[in-house]
Amino acid sequence: MTATIIFILAGTLAATVPLLLAAMGELVAEKSGMLNLGVEGMMAVGAAAGFVTVAVTGSHALGLIVGGVAALLLSGVFATLSIVFLANQVAAGLAIGILGLGVSAGIGKNYEGTTVTPMPKLSFGALGDVPVIGPALFSHDIMVYLAIAAAFAVWFVLQRTKLGLIIRAVGESPQSAHSLGYPVALIRTACVLFGGAMAGIGGAYLSIAYTPLWADGMVAGRGWIVVALVVFGTWIVPRVTLGAYLFGAISLLELSIQGLGLNVPSQLLSASPYIVTIIVLVVISRNPVLIQLNSPMSLGQTYRPNG
Amino acid sequence: MTALLKLTGISKIYPAVVANDAIDLTVMPGEIHAVLGENGAGKSTLMKIIYGVTAPDAGTLEWLGTATRIKSPAHARALGIGMVFQHFSLFDTLTVAENIALAMKGSVKSITPRIKAASERFGLDVEPEMRVQSLSVGERQRVEILRCMLQEPKLIIMDEPTSVLPPQGVSDLFKTLKKLASEGIGILFISHKLDEIRELCDVATVLRHGKVTGTAVPREETSKSLARMMIGRDLPHAENRGSKAEGEVRLTVSDLSYVPDDIFATPLEHVALTLREGEILGIAGVSGNGQNTLVGLLSGETRLPDAMAANIRLNGAELGATGPMDRRELGLHFVPEERLGRGAVPEHDLSENSLLTGFGSGLAKYGFLNLGGMKQFSSNTIDAFDVRCGGPNAAAQSLSGGNLQKFIVGREISLKPKVLIVSQPTWGVDVGAAAAIRQKLIDLRDEGVAILVVSEELEELFEISDRLHVMFRGRLSPAIKTQSTNVEDIGLAMTGDFERLETPAEPSVVEHA
Amino acid sequence: MRNIYLEPRTERSAFAPFLVSMLAVCLTIIAGSGLFLIYGKSPIAGFHAIFIEPLQSSYGIGEILLKLGPFLLIAQGLAIGFRARVWNIGAEGQLIIGAILASVVAIRFDGSTSSLLLPGMVLAGALGGMGWAGIAAWLRTRYNANEILVTFMLSSIALQILYYLVTGPLRDPQGFNFPQSITFSAAATFPILIENTRVNASLIIALVVTVLAWVFMQRSLMGYKLVVGGLAPHAARYAGFGEKRAIWLALLIGGAAAGIAGVGEVAGPLGMLQRTVSPGYGFSAIIVAFLGGLHPIGIVFSSLLMALIHVGGDFARLSVGLPSAVTDIFQGLLLTFYLASSLLLTHRLRLRKPDAVLTAEAAE
Repeated sequence: MTATIIFILAGTLAATVPLLLAAMGELVAEKSGMLNLGVEGMMAVGAAAGFVTVAVTGSHALGLIVGGVAALLLSGVFATLSIVFLANQVAAGLAIGILGLGVSAGIGKNYEGTTVTPMPKLSFGALGDVPVIGPALFSHDIMVYLAIAAAFAVWFVLQRTKLGLIIRAVGESPQSAHSLGYPVALIRTACVLFGGAMAGIGGAYLSIAYTPLWADGMVAGRGWIVVALVVFGTWIVPRVTLGAYLFGAISLLELSIQGLGLNVPSQLLSASPYIVTIIVLVVISRNPVLIQLNSPMSLGQTYRPNG
Repeated sequence: MTALLKLTGISKIYPAVVANDAIDLTVMPGEIHAVLGENGAGKSTLMKIIYGVTAPDAGTLEWLGTATRIKSPAHARALGIGMVFQHFSLFDTLTVAENIALAMKGSVKSITPRIKAASERFGLDVEPEMRVQSLSVGERQRVEILRCMLQEPKLIIMDEPTSVLPPQGVSDLFKTLKKLASEGIGILFISHKLDEIRELCDVATVLRHGKVTGTAVPREETSKSLARMMIGRDLPHAENRGSKAEGEVRLTVSDLSYVPDDIFATPLEHVALTLREGEILGIAGVSGNGQNTLVGLLSGETRLPDAMAANIRLNGAELGATGPMDRRELGLHFVPEERLGRGAVPEHDLSENSLLTGFGSGLAKYGFLNLGGMKQFSSNTIDAFDVRCGGPNAAAQSLSGGNLQKFIVGREISLKPKVLIVSQPTWGVDVGAAAAIRQKLIDLRDEGVAILVVSEELEELFEISDRLHVMFRGRLSPAIKTQSTNVEDIGLAMTGDFERLETPAEPSVVEHA
Repeated sequence: MRNIYLEPRTERSAFAPFLVSMLAVCLTIIAGSGLFLIYGKSPIAGFHAIFIEPLQSSYGIGEILLKLGPFLLIAQGLAIGFRARVWNIGAEGQLIIGAILASVVAIRFDGSTSSLLLPGMVLAGALGGMGWAGIAAWLRTRYNANEILVTFMLSSIALQILYYLVTGPLRDPQGFNFPQSITFSAAATFPILIENTRVNASLIIALVVTVLAWVFMQRSLMGYKLVVGGLAPHAARYAGFGEKRAIWLALLIGGAAAGIAGVGEVAGPLGMLQRTVSPGYGFSAIIVAFLGGLHPIGIVFSSLLMALIHVGGDFARLSVGLPSAVTDIFQGLLLTFYLASSLLLTHRLRLRKPDAVLTAEAAE
């Protein structure tokens, strides 16, 4: 029993990292009014680029960076389409989603099914030896803790700084922000790129630390769950964070239940994150006031200066 | 004394139109300078140039005697030019302090004490912690002005600042502006309201079709002479002989209280009105006081729950829970305030747009489009209502505001309404089209149609309506005959004081022939 | 670059949609050349394999016509929804459920020679797709749940249902534990249209659906209402066109079309239910719908192009050794370039103005 608890706690912390990082990125992009549905593709590109980097250089830090940059470039395509070419954000998100999945397969082509050494775990000395808590909380790689720090940083910037105020203002009314002299296109682009980088780092973590192997399609819908997470959390950082951990835990369900020896069709377990996503989405969305009060007012709308 | 701002030969050309053509304009310190012109005369473009939003194609701009190219609004603010916008300028979900901080350097915290100090100094009462969405229109404007003043500008541009204010609010605003001017601040006051300009401004520059058609000292001019400069002829007026004998009741709203789903919309409290055939009933009020909620419920865009269906009746039939299609079938038609995107589909041509409300009147047959009928209907409407456009195939978005409004009003009138509800009939419409639309409404009234007009423009309501209600914070005043009231009483009611309307001078006023 | 300036169009151009799609294809080919070079392949050989080789053999043409059916069907359905701004991205799942229900009918009535069996399967498939899409419509209209996310999630769930069924209840008992159903009888498969190819009668359904889609979108009041709802939701509400009805209609049409496409696979080239029912038709059809300008006629051309790319991609893998990822990247590039080019649908290029900004500001 103790082993199961440790497994679930420790596993949840690690499984949440890609979700939390990507969700923080998407949250910032959406706060500026940009609905980027291409998270799945961005995470895939990050995963592939990060994996190949680690396979070649052996450096996990470099893998995370390259994964982040690769996805950032892809998100730049999204920003160009929807900000410069005034494309519908939904369509543009789908486009880079599809593009990203293709590109990730192209990058990882020669590495299908191979593995790399996972990211090294940090050592906390005596803390790691404390029963239950040690193995559950203090036997992780650095990203498990950095992801939490990133969530806090995003919260701090959005809620406590002038920069965050500007981002929120742009997300509410790009017209007003423009008339005050803020470079709306630039701010939105920067937020989208941040979202891309975070999704890429999240994807890279998946392939170089969590699994750690490359398989085509390994992101497996996480990108879409990330988009849903931002809605679940009603664009509020602590709630999105909580949601990410919830889904991190659910993704462990399959392994845990099999570990407990219960006889449940594996397909039901595989489908469970999607089923739970729909259920939570319904529960949150049925309260229109919650959505209306918290969603960025210009979310998904193409901004045309003075148009 | 050096001029604050001196424009020489400023021109701005857009692909379809010369928006500004060699404009000269000089503003001195302490001067309240009117820029007068009707919709489309080039006022907004000129302000955008001065505020650095748009670059001119030709001409020079001198700021404090030095030729300057203003690169951006931030640059304009740094130079000492402030602007009070009418639309798209405050963020509803942010607080007053956050809104102000966005226009300035420094954090929200560091700005809050300065807001308090400035609000005392200028007598502009605002609460820094309030969310903007909970403020009234007048309060919002105070925030705008305060935001502008905190940057210690030498010149303030005010874009149509009175259009959203009740009459008393206007006089408060004028006091503030005169105080600012007495401190040496120059004010550019953009407006098309002649009386206000005569009351407030020291100098007026009049624009028409992008050109300066004259400068004047407004106090020495009459409204008539200013109007001639502005539109090149006398202000057109609709011919209104007043309604005839009381007709039958068409539409009744009884004790209607309603909380809309949209949390930003104003709830209604005990609204009651009666609309008779052959009359124009006006609803005055500063926008945002529940007019949209009421109009949505009357048009059927918002449906009442079944239990409240009887609160709205058309010819006695319970209507509250039905949708727009059912209501149109019973003869109730509606012209919304937003033309593009609500009254018409921007990308569709006029022929397709005639189908929007006309599909029940033969423009669609057996579920299929009657393309010939649509074309015929729209060209008839274009002819009958003098819509200047490229014909039935012109996209709605290619029409000017006035022409599209004429088309939409024409479409609804052509569909032979028994009851017509019109929201802001002449918003942003040029003077000629506005007069034409008002005349059409009066003619329609004379044919026996019952018409409800919701408008922010008091002058318009006094010109065309037979009876008036005033709306304030979701409540509707009792109706009063237009002839037995005056702008002052209605103005008081617009700030919530219905008293003088509740004890009207009853039928002592005889309707004139 | 500084002298190029974009101005909003006021009139619609009849040719612009066609030109925009062609521009997107050309840009994709240019970018694709770079891609081939990255993989050390000659662009000329690569494009020859993708675009020319399939057209040189009756086998290739047959395969293109075979794939044309599902693309046409699904994209016509999706385009109707997209024009109403109802974003059904789960056609793949609707296809799977349609295939499953049709298979259930085929397996239940195995051995029957009734001529009603195949129509029954088509009906079951259409209902299956509608039902699956209907869940999204219900959750959206009743609980305001975003249909993009729900349709995607339902797709993933449908796939797991398929896996469960082909390894369990619907598995062929004599099939040596292969994850597939029994082979369908002749009465449960579409007759072959062109000899020596796999082209079957389901293509006729796709063509009929195309005609119906054209009539619906260009001539019917219902189609008009959907389009208004997509272009200007407030105008639709003003006119009294119910939003919920539009959402239901858009999703049910898309679901039915995708479901029938699923029947076309199991009762066509596959002849059974198996783990892989579709090579991603449901997702590729999203691109097809956009590339066809969301117009029934345009979609005929874009479906042909996409079928060619899919078949040509297989050819290129064999003859030039191009990885299959290239076809996927190609599709992503197509949609990306199409969306970029689409700016020319609403704006026109102008030369002028030194200080021009990208988007023209309206005069006032």
